[in-house]
Amino acid sequence: MASVSFEQATRRYPGTTRPAVDHLELTAGEGEFLVVVGPSGCGKSTALRMVAGLEPLDSGRILIGERDVTDTDPKDRDIAMVFQNYALYPHMTVAQNLAFALKVGRIPRATIRDRVRDAARLLELDPYLDRKPKDLSGGQRQRVAMGRAIVRRPAVFLMDEPLSNLDAKLRVQTRNQIAALQLRLATTTLYVTHDQVEAMTMGDRVAVLCDGVLQQCAPPRELYRNPANIFVAGFIGSPAMNLFTLPILDGSVRLGEVRISLPRGIIGPDIVVGIRPEHFTVGGDAGFEIDVDMVEELGADAYLYGRMSDSATPVIARVDGLDPPQRGSRVRLRTAPDHIHFFGTDGLRID
Amino acid sequence: MRGVALYTALIGVAWCALFPILWALSGSLKRESEVATPTLLPSHPQWSNYGEVFSLMPFWRMFVNTVLYAGCVTVGQVFFCSLAGYAFARLPFRGRDTLFVLYLATLMVPLTVTVIPQFILMRTFGWTDTPWAMIVPGLFGSAFGTYLMRQFFRTLPTDLEEAAILDGCTPWQIYWRILLPQTKPAIVVLAVLTWVNVWNDFLWPLVMIQNKSIATLNLGLVWMQGQYVSRWPVLMAASILILLPLVLVYAIAQRAFVRGIAGTGFGGR
Repeated sequence: MASVSFEQATRRYPGTTRPAVDHLELTAGEGEFLVVVGPSGCGKSTALRMVAGLEPLDSGRILIGERDVTDTDPKDRDIAMVFQNYALYPHMTVAQNLAFALKVGRIPRATIRDRVRDAARLLELDPYLDRKPKDLSGGQRQRVAMGRAIVRRPAVFLMDEPLSNLDAKLRVQTRNQIAALQLRLATTTLYVTHDQVEAMTMGDRVAVLCDGVLQQCAPPRELYRNPANIFVAGFIGSPAMNLFTLPILDGSVRLGEVRISLPRGIIGPDIVVGIRPEHFTVGGDAGFEIDVDMVEELGADAYLYGRMSDSATPVIARVDGLDPPQRGSRVRLRTAPDHIHFFGTDGLRID
Repeated sequence: MRGVALYTALIGVAWCALFPILWALSGSLKRESEVATPTLLPSHPQWSNYGEVFSLMPFWRMFVNTVLYAGCVTVGQVFFCSLAGYAFARLPFRGRDTLFVLYLATLMVPLTVTVIPQFILMRTFGWTDTPWAMIVPGLFGSAFGTYLMRQFFRTLPTDLEEAAILDGCTPWQIYWRILLPQTKPAIVVLAVLTWVNVWNDFLWPLVMIQNKSIATLNLGLVWMQGQYVSRWPVLMAASILILLPLVLVYAIAQRAFVRGIAGTGFGGR
């Protein structure tokens, strides 16, 4: 068990102008489950590969524990990685796949046998030890990939979107299994995903990356409640937060007919007001009016897609699924003041 | 309608390919007086023609020689071509692609151009009329084989290699324990093609070998033709006997061969 730190770590691919990972400063504590999340191309996989030693650094350092591993061979970093496509060796049985790294590392045969047996039991792979990967289901393959990492008893697990090749139902199930397994093994884990649900449910902390730059790293609840900037506000939460750019008049802004007074000391012509779809309430006399263009009924909830009646600004609201307003109707939305987020036009949060 | 036309054409092509072999097969069973008559079925099959092949030439001796040469060259080709193919496909080094193109360009130099320099080389080594001349020049791979293996290595997922790196494999272990086992279809193609090439080769053995005891079957056939000009049925029987092992090799490897051709992007589909 060890911590993992990026210290101003930068990676620029040859022939590109912008670094894939830009002066990343991030630490996963001992035994922590740190999820790195972001849209595709944000550099999250590159960051993980930098820890693995598959991607060199152009500047900065990577520390595992107290040790600087920036120029260390992958095999000497005491890490194990789970790949998105699992990368199981097709010509080996499950047992051979699990044992391979240990065999290469010249671990005594008896130890290998014990560790493979333990991992197989932990992941319920006992019945499949003699099968080849092609004879396994997607979920079983995923478990073999996990097992291959576990048998090495590394200081750090690196997981690169390990659930993205599973179907939706299995993904939820495996998500919980991985989280429980990590808790039990208490091994520091860096987990890369583009799926914000995985990020919010699995991580002790979540690091949000965009264009190679760290936006915010915080526990899931903090990320949701106090997004540090507009990108995080829009990225975390589904459907995304409503963001309205409004002109400031006399220390307040008008959202439809509603006057919202601003915190003190805000200057500048405009401000961005953010309200999550789930923080709207329908009905009453207060609030602003929208014309409903479309209703998505998801059973428990329904999403209203509409436009403000006076300015045609698009708005999304989550309402109770029992009796949602109909398409074409005109409804009134209101929200509590403490659910309103403010951002400067530079994108940063204003408290 | 298209199907009928297609099959007619295919049957025509197949007939063109098969007819000479059928003719040789029928000729090998005819009497000398009957050979020139255009009948496909011999009136009195002369199985003794086959027996005579063994008495007129040291068939088994030459058979063993040819198998030895073809076997050694095939093993060498598979080993060195896959090794070079792996390097050209996966190991980053300066000038890799330039070197590869240059190597590939040697395919355009016809064999007849290099025969004399190669002969001189063999003479310098003192290998003329020895088995070394048959084995060593072909042992260290070929541009075609390297190209074939490189293309196949390029189709393998890089994840597999990276997993192996993290598992602590050296480049050699990645090649030998992880990637090479995945290239089986390409290896079968290369092995079959190499085997057939060596088996059928005539020019190089003719230049190199005079001694009967180390000659190949093809040389034996030609020498026999020189000695027994008029005995066509026996010559045909010898040809059929030389052909048989090749048919056998192809029959065994056929399925893997077709899969390999399709998998390396050389196929028609």
